[in-house]
Amino acid sequence: MSTLTLCLWLWLGSFFAGLLGALTGLGGGVVVVPLMTLVFGIEFHYAAGASLVSVIATSSGAAAAYVKQGYSNLRVGMFLEVATTLGAIAGAHLASHLATSWIAIVFGLVLLYSAYLSVRQHAPSAGKPSGPLAKRLRLDGTMPTPDGPKPYHVTHVPAGFSLMFGAGVLSGLLGIGSGAVKVLAMDQIMRLPFKVSTTTSNFMIGVTAAASAGIYLNDGYIDPALAMPVMLGVLPGALLGSHLLGGAPVRTLRWVFAVVIVALGAEMIYNGWTGKL
Amino acid sequence: MANTQHSAAAWDDERVDRVIGNLLRAGVSIAAAVVLLAGIVYLVRFGSQSADHRVFHGEPTDLRSVTGIVRAAAALDPAAMVQFGILLLVATPVARVVFSIYVFARTGDWLYVAITVTVLAILLYSLAAGALP
Repeated sequence: MSTLTLCLWLWLGSFFAGLLGALTGLGGGVVVVPLMTLVFGIEFHYAAGASLVSVIATSSGAAAAYVKQGYSNLRVGMFLEVATTLGAIAGAHLASHLATSWIAIVFGLVLLYSAYLSVRQHAPSAGKPSGPLAKRLRLDGTMPTPDGPKPYHVTHVPAGFSLMFGAGVLSGLLGIGSGAVKVLAMDQIMRLPFKVSTTTSNFMIGVTAAASAGIYLNDGYIDPALAMPVMLGVLPGALLGSHLLGGAPVRTLRWVFAVVIVALGAEMIYNGWTGKL
Repeated sequence: MANTQHSAAAWDDERVDRVIGNLLRAGVSIAAAVVLLAGIVYLVRFGSQSADHRVFHGEPTDLRSVTGIVRAAAALDPAAMVQFGILLLVATPVARVVFSIYVFARTGDWLYVAITVTVLAILLYSLAAGALP
């Protein structure tokens, strides 16, 4: 295949990956990496490098729109970014030492777990009193509602911080935003409102990915011929997806997407296990 | 941006949100434009070459470091110009962190100045790994 043909196909595939990623809330990275490795036969580290670049673009592009709505919590985000950026550097270093077959298996498991998270019924997080650390760090905030600003409390900060380190490791190891794990840490463990968790997570993804980007660049994972079409495809796809979100049949889409993700996850694990990746 | 109690009047949350939103949008737009233009030049020059990414070789040295990329991009090497656009993209969230330090300092929130400086130091450590030739 010529470089031009590959670029055009990658651009098209990345556009749909970005679209689906935004519509389902999972992000483009979890689709782009399997697309590149399983469909185009691209080596895993190159795929992770291109995906990571697109993750930074999508996060920053979407955050520009979200930030005005006033949901994201800057203090929570900044405090937890200490954990995610350290994790991202560890993960990016791990990517050059761990055998690709093992990375593929980890990726497959993350895909299966993401599919589960996307279709599971969402239990609203109940209001709990703030933990002592949350008080010292003044993490509590307010979120806009039709009846004016509504205060919320933050709890279980050490557990959330630790899980965020794990989210950073996965991001640096796999070249994804790992938004699903970030939302899990804030929404289910630290008990932030769901909307605050998703917007703050999106905010954090770009900074987390920037932390592994330096290592990726230095290790030679970022190939211009691959990063270019993937970044320029995922970005408009994701922006279109977030515009369509209001009118789209999200529930049906999530199920369709979950099936695709499970299939990709199973194939990643199979290929990793048999040493094909 | 949910905390209001420590904001100075001149830097209310709305204004901070607006500046951060514009900063992010400008960074991504400029980076995407550079990558697109450089990408077109790259494809005109190398588009007909056969593409093979099945085995990992790593990028050439001048596409791996900040200094190497800037030098090769200044010499109008198309691949390095794409990489330069990617560097601008990576710089966007870093700029957001730098701006947050300023916002926290303006409101006298020294604990969060320290936390944000820590995040910036981690980011610069990573980029320094790619900065040296």
